[in-house]
Amino acid sequence: MQKSKIGLDVEKVAKAKERAQQIAVDVQQFVNDYTTVAVERTLCRLIGIDGVDENQVPLPNIVVEQLKEQGRLQDGVLFLLGNAVIATGLNPMEIAEQSAAGGIDLCSFPPRSAPEIHQALKPFVDKGIERIKTNRKRREDMIAQIGEGAKPYIYVIVATGNIYEDVVQALAAARQGADIIAVIRTTGQSLLDYVPYGATTEGFGGTYATQENFRIMRKALDEVGFEVGRYIRLCNYCSGLCMPEIAAMGALEGLDVMLNDALYGILFRDINPQRTLIDQYFSRVINGFAGVIINTGEDNYLTTADAYEEAHTVLASDLINEQLALLAGLPQEQMGLGHAFEMDPELENGFLYELAQAQMTREIFPQAPLKYMPPTKFMTGNIFKGHLQDALFNIIGIWTQQGIQLLGMPTEAIHTPFMSDRFLAIENAKYIFDNLKSIGDEVAFKDDGIVCRRAAEVLDKACALLDKVGKEGLFSALEKGIFGNVKRTMTGGKGLDGVRKKGVNYVNPFISIMKNY
Amino acid sequence: MSTGLYSTSSKDFDKTRDLTKVKPYGDTMNDGKTQVSFTLPVPCNDEAIEAAKQLLYKMGFDQPQVVFYKELTSGFTFFNCYGNTSHSVDFTQIKVQKVESTTWSMAETDEFIKKHIGRKVVVVGASTGSDAHTVGIDAIMNMKGYAGHYGLERYEMITAFNMGSQVPNEDFIRKAIEVEADALLVSQTVTQKDVHVKNMTELIEMLDAEGLRSKLIVACGGPRISHELAKELGFDAGFGMNTYADDVASFIAQEVARRMKNK
Repeated sequence: MQKSKIGLDVEKVAKAKERAQQIAVDVQQFVNDYTTVAVERTLCRLIGIDGVDENQVPLPNIVVEQLKEQGRLQDGVLFLLGNAVIATGLNPMEIAEQSAAGGIDLCSFPPRSAPEIHQALKPFVDKGIERIKTNRKRREDMIAQIGEGAKPYIYVIVATGNIYEDVVQALAAARQGADIIAVIRTTGQSLLDYVPYGATTEGFGGTYATQENFRIMRKALDEVGFEVGRYIRLCNYCSGLCMPEIAAMGALEGLDVMLNDALYGILFRDINPQRTLIDQYFSRVINGFAGVIINTGEDNYLTTADAYEEAHTVLASDLINEQLALLAGLPQEQMGLGHAFEMDPELENGFLYELAQAQMTREIFPQAPLKYMPPTKFMTGNIFKGHLQDALFNIIGIWTQQGIQLLGMPTEAIHTPFMSDRFLAIENAKYIFDNLKSIGDEVAFKDDGIVCRRAAEVLDKACALLDKVGKEGLFSALEKGIFGNVKRTMTGGKGLDGVRKKGVNYVNPFISIMKNY
Repeated sequence: MSTGLYSTSSKDFDKTRDLTKVKPYGDTMNDGKTQVSFTLPVPCNDEAIEAAKQLLYKMGFDQPQVVFYKELTSGFTFFNCYGNTSHSVDFTQIKVQKVESTTWSMAETDEFIKKHIGRKVVVVGASTGSDAHTVGIDAIMNMKGYAGHYGLERYEMITAFNMGSQVPNEDFIRKAIEVEADALLVSQTVTQKDVHVKNMTELIEMLDAEGLRSKLIVACGGPRISHELAKELGFDAGFGMNTYADDVASFIAQEVARRMKNK
């Protein structure tokens, strides 16, 4: 950490990170022994199984369901596919198709040794890895060639429900100055235990995340990137029950940013904690390897809990999320840790407290492209005041050098953004970012003033909370409702029946290849 | 653009307030001043500005002014406009269906429940169906409440269960039976293509089928919800924008007491 502008105690920060690391290591020890149906479907996708049957059921689901029904989930899909490849000479996609048609029983082939399976699957594994590498290189080459926007990246959402209409909106936003386009998912997709297939034109409050939709938007953004002379990043959501699967699909199609946070799913979507922490690990391994920036969802805690009183829970969770990501091999430069501008506008000196927290977060995670969320809870339908609230938020974004500024819309709480709402929001942000460009370098904070004291207070409380979580473990902390005032038990929530302890035959070569890249 | 704003010419309209002919007020009674903004799917040029003006005439605006325009992206132009509306409404003839209860403070409601009901009132709330937003139900139910209005969890005489978001109607009803609820609260925050109407209708149909409808007070709330819509869908009350936990709690307390008396 560089010299703190707000007098943060460097030793306290170091200690907080140590505690968070211990918490993360405990979680990781649990995660290492388990797999899930989503992880297995992800492996299917990574070795080339895609498509749907005549009932629109994705082939990865059909394959993994067969394993589950026959009680072979603990063996893992790659062990069984490896046996099948050796026995039949077919490739994984052909095996999946025949197994869906009923011509092949995936679990019926003689077991082979780990080295034999490794050898048999290697060409397919390599192919998946190569495709992701190619996409990563595409991004790096494009940025080297045409450049990218300055930070904070301007992040806006599109949410029409129709991918083709989303493209129209996204192109408009890119031309107006957006750096990141997030295609909001349709309401409820996080609770689907499969990923729909193909281009989609119907959704509620958003558009289905499908591999084809990813492809359509990627192509459009690359084209407009060349037109505007700036690389435009594409963001989607790998959270919910298909977390690693969507990470894989995004990696295969060249997405740049992914919402990726188990804690968010546990607290706000009531997804089973075991299931989603196991899923999260593999998804972060994939995102790390693909060069994808992850966004975490701590900002959401403040939509249910009070932004002033519970600020330390956001910091504590960011610290844990940082350590969990590091264990998955995801570098700090790809950690869009989340926080938000959500204090009650009636709070006297609220701006100073927000400034303190944003500067504190910046200094504690110096390399991370922090994701800063706009006001939502206190947006009222008064679009004029709302535009002003967003302006204050933008001032802090540029002042404290946030990485990703998720722009607020004046019409928040009214409707998903109109094209003109997005224009007004981008105009607001660009005006402020430009006019206040160097304010962070010019203005110093008063020693022991409101800002410094607030930052110290939040850090102290976060340290105390991490102590407590460290003693109890993360699962127990969740049961007590420490984050976002929401209580979740280890065996509650959706998706637990898709969790299995790994058996002796289990193999997943992707983890070591991706982490050691 | 200053012709209208700074004109010293006499304004030849009646400047007395007439409640049978109410019009928007800018800075003079009955001036009809209205601000409008919209985007037209046409390129930005003189014809586009004329199109915006013609549209304003068709909307019933006199002296339409396009004060700002900007091409958002190729083929889409954004307009900020003003005009004087030629329309008026008869305020004396307006009738709005309202929740028929007096809004009390938390202490008053608690006191009323103690005195007239004599036991705790049980309320189950959820954001149901596909709606993932908890902001509405949290504002009503959470201890802390919203904008200075404490939520139902803080009421001494209310036992509140907040089931969160994306709760299927089946689970919602099961919970109501399990905890012997007096009242159900449904929150619908973000909706598209009127999915909230379908979802809320389904809840009422399911309650009817289970023979529970008449035993429960069923209310709904959200930015798109009015009391009128709620009644139309078979709910007892609807709480729209700018209503808070006190409104909901007062209504439930009074309704429970009323039903007890009628038994």
